[in-house]
Amino acid sequence: MHPSGFCAAAGISSVYSMKVIEVTNLHKRYGTHVAVDDVSFSVAEGEIFGILGPNGAGKTTTVECLSGLREPDRGTIKIAGADDRDSLKRIMGVQLQSAELPEKLKVWEALDLYASFYGRTSGDLLERVGLTEKRDTYFGKLSGGQKQRLSIALALVGGPRIAVLDELTTGLDPQARRDTWELIEQVRNDGVTIVLVTHFMEEAERLCDRLALIDAGRVVATDTPSGLVAMVDDEQRLRFRPSGPFSEEILRALPEVTEVSRSGEQVVVTGTGNLPHAVTLALAAEGVIPTDLRIEQATLDDAFLALTGRKLA
Amino acid sequence: MKKILAVETKLHLRDSWSMLFIIALPLLLLIVIGNIPDLGKPNPDLGGERFVDTQLPATMLLLALTTVALTVLPAVLATYRHQGVLRRMSTTPVSPASMLSVQLIINLGMAVIAAVVLILGARLVHGSPIPSHWAFVPVFLLGTAALMSIGLLIAALAPNAKSAPLIGNVIMFPMLFFAGMWIPRETMPPVLRTISDYSVGGPIVQAMRDTWAGEAPSLGSLAVIVVGLALFSALAVRLFRWQ
Ligand SMILES: Nc1ncnc2c1ncn2[C@@H]1O[C@H](COP(=O)(O)OP(=O)(O)OP(=O)(O)O)[C@@H](O)[C@H]1O
Ligand SMILES: [Mg+2]
Repeated sequence: MHPSGFCAAAGISSVYSMKVIEVTNLHKRYGTHVAVDDVSFSVAEGEIFGILGPNGAGKTTTVECLSGLREPDRGTIKIAGADDRDSLKRIMGVQLQSAELPEKLKVWEALDLYASFYGRTSGDLLERVGLTEKRDTYFGKLSGGQKQRLSIALALVGGPRIAVLDELTTGLDPQARRDTWELIEQVRNDGVTIVLVTHFMEEAERLCDRLALIDAGRVVATDTPSGLVAMVDDEQRLRFRPSGPFSEEILRALPEVTEVSRSGEQVVVTGTGNLPHAVTLALAAEGVIPTDLRIEQATLDDAFLALTGRKLA
Repeated sequence: MKKILAVETKLHLRDSWSMLFIIALPLLLLIVIGNIPDLGKPNPDLGGERFVDTQLPATMLLLALTTVALTVLPAVLATYRHQGVLRRMSTTPVSPASMLSVQLIINLGMAVIAAVVLILGARLVHGSPIPSHWAFVPVFLLGTAALMSIGLLIAALAPNAKSAPLIGNVIMFPMLFFAGMWIPRETMPPVLRTISDYSVGGPIVQAMRDTWAGEAPSLGSLAVIVVGLALFSALAVRLFRWQ
């Protein structure tokens, strides 16, 4: 075969292998304490990949190995386009869980300085993280949430292909959190691959294409948020107050229903399938209306509980 | 690198306290102490020299240099390590080593400014001589480098940000004492004088005073300073942690 044929073939194969990050059997100890036991996952190009787990699970340690801040004791980390530390630093933007800036550094100066590290300008980032009005404020005078947003901006200022964000929205108020989610989605739409560590189920469900649940240094499951939820029993629970008396037997007779119980005035029905529909229909036939109807479905919390026997938060 | 230098210079200027301690305090002491009447007369204990000629300016300059090298430099570096500034930098294409270089340059700059201010101040207020031996500049640079290597070692060893300047002070005051800030080296009892000869601060003051007065520095002084510089910088390089 022609030498150039080889090159073309190599080029094509790299286009088709979409994995940007591949972590295999990562292991990291601090002294005798095993922080990361055995972690493997891969992240595809353009994906938002979440790492979810309780305090001390080893999330930060994992992403610190990923971003070259720590040397793993065992295991391999492959990052497409980064053959050495220098090229890694160019293509990966990192937001660390705990990293401050000098007290008396102004917001614009920080952004300007870090942009210069990559030979770039900061563009409209200040606006995108909602800090335009704070551009002349000292870092030490920012609120926790504002510091966090500046930190996100610094992770993005180099125009990275991969952004690693540790505790993206911890310390943000609900509005700022939603704004940040929007920002992250925009960034992803620009083609950036994102690895984010989070404590928030809602954040994981809303943002992540796939996520790894980590517990005690091990990956317990990797899937889409809905895939993870579906792993646990797809049982639903219905709570309501009936508008009048009825016989529980008519509900027990339904194929969807597995259990009916009462707690005070409330009726609790568990079952599968289209449970709300079946129950309301059966009640309507008796002339009873379910008031204060609430539907409880399995969440990522439940998935985590089912997989590890432990609560996430 | 230029940008880090510009930004960090701004940060140092915003920290008006350290500027006050480095430049204003030694200058103030130089003026006030120098106005004690007897100190302006030739003193047989100092070989006929006046106290304000080289003794006072050289020890005040050492005060400024130790403040820069032993407290300001380690405080900034230990704080940057503690706050994760150096860690964050190490995720960018620019190495945190450039931050270290920038700090050394800025602190050297402050030392030079302090020296110029004190030399001119002593000249104008007390009529002291201007350092006239060519070796004054190399002696000054060598001494500053030796003190900074101790500062780097403090920054390397300090367990947290607050302890760095405290450790610096604990080293600084005995050093100033042995260098003759309170008792001129000539009038020290032999034991103190011997300790002084090996205290890094002592030889720095001695070599600065000699060159200030227009004489060549003694090889013994230079040797102690060079050995100190080599030893402490080797230790600092081995022990320095970025995170
Ligand atoms: N530098 C360190 N030295 C020693 N032990 C450490 C160090 N950093 C982390 N650990 C320990 O390693 C374990 C994993 O820590 P890690 O920071 O990776 O957890 P995490 O999942 O990020 O937790 P959190 O949700 O609280 O941020 C913890 O038990 C922690 O105490
Ligand atoms: Mg963490």
